[in-house]
Amino acid sequence: MAPDGNMTNGFKVVGTRPKRPDGIDKVTGRAKFGADATAPGMLHASIVRSPHAHAKILKIDTSKAEALKGVKAVVTRADFAEGLTGENWNILENVMASDTALYDGHAVAAVAATTALGARDAAKLIEVEYELLPHVTDVDKAMADDAPVIRAGAADKSVPEGLHPNVVRYHESGHGDVDKGFSEADLVVEDSFKTEATHQGYIEPHACLAQLGSDGKGEVWCCTQGHFNVQKVCAALVGTDSSQIRVTPSEIGGGFGGKTVVFIEPVALALSRKANRPVKLVMSRSEVFRATGPTASTSIDIKIGMTREGKITAAQGVFRLQGGAFPGAPMEFTAMCAFAPYSLENVHQVGYDVMSNRPKQAAYRAPGSPMAAFAVESVIDELCNKLDLDSIEVRLKNASKEGTKASYGPKFERIGLVETLEAAKAHPHLTSPLAEGQGRGVSCGFWFNHGGETAVSLALSEDGTVAISVGTPDIGGSRASMAQMAAEELGIPYESIRTTVADTATLGYNEISHGSRVTYASGLATIKAARDAVKKLCGRAAAKWGIDEDAVVWEDGCAKPSGPNAGDFEPLPLAKIARSMGRTGGPIVGHYEATPEGAGVSFATHIVDAEVDKETGQTKIVRYTVVQDAGKAIHPTYVEGQFQGGAAQGIGWALNEEYIYGEDGRLQNSGFLDYRIPVASDLPMIDTVIVEVPNPGHPYGVRGVGETSICPPLAAIANAVSNAAGVRLTELPMSPPRILAALDAQANG
Amino acid sequence: MDYHTPGSFEDAAAIAAKAEGVTRFLAGGTDVLVQLRADMVTPDVLIDIKQIAGVKDIAREEGGWRIGAAVSGAEMTEHNELDQEWPGVVEAMDLIGSTQIQGRATLVGNLCNGSPAADSVPALVAAGASVSVVGKSGTRKMPVEDIPAGPGKTNLEKGDVVSAVHLPARGDNAGDAYLRFIPRTEMDIAVVGCAVNLRLDGGKVIEARVSLGAVAPTVLLVEDAAQAIVGTSLDEAALEALAAAASSACNPIDDKRGTIAFRTHVAGVLAKRAAKIAYERAGGAK
Amino acid sequence: MSMIHVTTTVNGDEVEFLCDPRETLLDVLRDRLSLTGAKEGCGTGDCGACSVTVDDRLVCSCLMLGAEAEGKSIGTIEGMADGEALHPLQEKFIEYAALQCGVCTPGVLVATEALLKKNPDPTETEVRYWLAGNLCRCTGYDKIIRAVLDTAADLRKAS
Repeated sequence: MAPDGNMTNGFKVVGTRPKRPDGIDKVTGRAKFGADATAPGMLHASIVRSPHAHAKILKIDTSKAEALKGVKAVVTRADFAEGLTGENWNILENVMASDTALYDGHAVAAVAATTALGARDAAKLIEVEYELLPHVTDVDKAMADDAPVIRAGAADKSVPEGLHPNVVRYHESGHGDVDKGFSEADLVVEDSFKTEATHQGYIEPHACLAQLGSDGKGEVWCCTQGHFNVQKVCAALVGTDSSQIRVTPSEIGGGFGGKTVVFIEPVALALSRKANRPVKLVMSRSEVFRATGPTASTSIDIKIGMTREGKITAAQGVFRLQGGAFPGAPMEFTAMCAFAPYSLENVHQVGYDVMSNRPKQAAYRAPGSPMAAFAVESVIDELCNKLDLDSIEVRLKNASKEGTKASYGPKFERIGLVETLEAAKAHPHLTSPLAEGQGRGVSCGFWFNHGGETAVSLALSEDGTVAISVGTPDIGGSRASMAQMAAEELGIPYESIRTTVADTATLGYNEISHGSRVTYASGLATIKAARDAVKKLCGRAAAKWGIDEDAVVWEDGCAKPSGPNAGDFEPLPLAKIARSMGRTGGPIVGHYEATPEGAGVSFATHIVDAEVDKETGQTKIVRYTVVQDAGKAIHPTYVEGQFQGGAAQGIGWALNEEYIYGEDGRLQNSGFLDYRIPVASDLPMIDTVIVEVPNPGHPYGVRGVGETSICPPLAAIANAVSNAAGVRLTELPMSPPRILAALDAQANG
Repeated sequence: MDYHTPGSFEDAAAIAAKAEGVTRFLAGGTDVLVQLRADMVTPDVLIDIKQIAGVKDIAREEGGWRIGAAVSGAEMTEHNELDQEWPGVVEAMDLIGSTQIQGRATLVGNLCNGSPAADSVPALVAAGASVSVVGKSGTRKMPVEDIPAGPGKTNLEKGDVVSAVHLPARGDNAGDAYLRFIPRTEMDIAVVGCAVNLRLDGGKVIEARVSLGAVAPTVLLVEDAAQAIVGTSLDEAALEALAAAASSACNPIDDKRGTIAFRTHVAGVLAKRAAKIAYERAGGAK
Repeated sequence: MSMIHVTTTVNGDEVEFLCDPRETLLDVLRDRLSLTGAKEGCGTGDCGACSVTVDDRLVCSCLMLGAEAEGKSIGTIEGMADGEALHPLQEKFIEYAALQCGVCTPGVLVATEALLKKNPDPTETEVRYWLAGNLCRCTGYDKIIRAVLDTAADLRKAS
């Protein structure tokens, strides 16, 4: 048997860089994404959306649309399930407004027609009468006494009395005595920060193809990070049973958290039921920006005290997150992540979840954490500058380690923050000279990572090859890493294994591909499923040899007799056992179903050099280095890719990306022209250092890597820009007009 | 939507003259199709001019150049002689959008779209370029600066179609340059644009045209800015006077792309930088 | 509404189709010719996921009407490999993991093939600016740029 415990070295396949199994599909254009599916008799759908930030829906007249040639169905809220409560009600309200449009882009009706152009023409013929209501889109304004109420009674019991009804959840945590801590400091720095909402910016718009019969049986094909969740939500919203809806995930063209949410699938199902034909629904880019789930925008106050020697004596933060027209802004994550990198005796954090007339926020890579790091790490940089201390040394001095009581409560197990800081310190980037006009910034970042419900099945073929079925959509190469882990356990070549992302009818419930959980949780489940198969393989060998099952070990892809029987029989390779399995007891399938809870937390340290043109306020990122703890890198190339992708998204967030709402509450930049994600010519190469401090909660030590990489960039870049410009930037994005205004304000005293 | 492919500009003008509803000409389509997809403008009549003979030609004309209405940015960039004589115009065109956009986008389209932020227009204005307009009463020439009327509007009449752009003869000791400010390095609309075209005599500027984009409802030809450098050898004082004149000509708006203060300030910065490049190109040592 | 009849060449094959005058070349490729390799990421020419060549010129197929394809020669990602032999760029993209989700990849590959035809020895900066209209949200471009530069070097050595 393979070892049950931690295996952290001696790998044969893990840690190598094989080609991804879906490589050819992806480079030849034949990989099928959300919008690439068709069905016989298929209709095309289009959604009618509110042009208003906040408005009562007085009347929806669909008669003209229904009269248009080729139109087969029109749906409004009346065509969805009634009587939903709790989160299902919230989701339905977001998917299709009932009596009030809550943000610019909120869906109010939908139509299906025989052509895509016909559906768009019909959507324009649906007449909606609105009564405008006052709106608010800024977090601080939404908390002010005179702010319009988005929805009375939305607040839960956590909210203290006296707060505006738009504050719907409240969080408070920490330990020690911050007042005492601040009194022990030689310097206390306090500052306020704001960050605008950003969007995940995946290149593939949401798309689905759905069919639903009057018998409640349905099929959905869609691009999603979590098809089991789509199944559950769709069943509830159209009023059928989960098991009657089968969801097959397409290839997914990016998600980053934004495709954890259901927006269009129930609409396509409702249209399909009415028309009795399959319906394809594809969002336009503008719809993606207006009506999916950007991040929360934030308003943050940070206060940190430090001794002359660089010891942090106390830290406190207030985190206000605007999460759109529904509860759920991840303010507790923001509060809990803010000071996690540091071992603090006195720490206190408060969070507010604030509603406004914007689309409901969704997860975006480490939801809530990057904004916290931006504020906290900016103040630490300011303290280091003022006390003339080395910022890496200060972070090392205060760094959380194994056994540290985390700012959010529990004691850390084995973690790798110090190792990332040491690696950053040793990296040539940190001591390389800076040119005129350039500044350097450093920041740490933290993310929890997640386990979650997971099921994997691993089936042997007669020819000795293996098919793995996983329930977590492959967002960035996980089919390769799953095959690597199974190959490692089974002792067969990587190429002999094929990983498939299975539909909802094939496996037990799998949580969404989120929380950096896939390589950790589906990986762990794959390893355990392989071990389950190995146990069965050993059993077949034992039966053949007539010895005890426990006297058989699995080594190098073969069953071998061990102990007193060692050497008595020729080793039996997997292929040989598989060939005869039909006669020796039937199919051999390994499986594993559980909710692993040992996702190791992850830290990163980033170094960035920025050059600021003080005449125009333009910033250029000239060098970037990511150092992050991966626990164990299964496929190092993909780990590097996650590091680089997180850094690039962070660069966009820091410098140019933002949701811009007009006075009228309408989104002004719902396209890639003015929602400015980094283009190839904006970025330098992004250097990576993979630190491996094994996670005790995974057989190989894996920690999730997808999210932590976006935590440090906002702060690291803010520190670099502030150091280059000679003025502290406290608002994101640090767009050229903001940088010039800050320079002007400084020059004018 | 009716789609037409006339064989001459006269036919194109005639179709447009009698068209009912919204009419658009299609050359590169990089604005028309964006507006169509976004449901901003769905033309009732679309007139594709690319079947007309000569629309893809870049030809010598009176020592200068005639650039057909359907010549793409990429075709201009690949034209060495044009690039050597009017680098500012070619660069300005080349800055519009991506490589893919360059494969289709045209000078005439950029001009007739009527955007105050159109990159090629300040460069054309500074160059002293004109266009041929085919209309009911035949063909007439108009200076480029007379075409824009305001955001999304031109002074062209119903039934008018622009058939070509004319660049004057370059002449000796002259150079042009165009710079724009965008937040990224590519793919943005100009927040401010500035073109400078000048001629030297022994290191002194003897002729100049300075044009600004994205700082007023239309592209501006700024006489004061030109005067600030004419007669100078582009010394620091002249550059400061140029910047001040450029900034004070600005009448911008606050919008999602920039603020009034930002645009006003950066117009001056770009004027200085563009003037220096044009000066060097004209053979002046700096 | 009357449809327009168009005869054109796609990846070397002559094809005919009828289209609404409002349909883009991208709509036609995807919905009428079942060539779904080109993607609609934005529909406004900002993302490059729909990149194709028209008479060897790189364009966004979302910014061209299907009707304009009459008499042209269109090249799409589906025509990049030669039978079962992948183009060296395709090979290198897989080897370098120059893709994560892969939705921008067809457009990036079509664009880079056009670049290397025009400029077999591009600098890093030239590659970055050439590809500025091909948005990738996953990779931070690092591995894409390396794959393009190294393929170019390989092709130069081979020729």
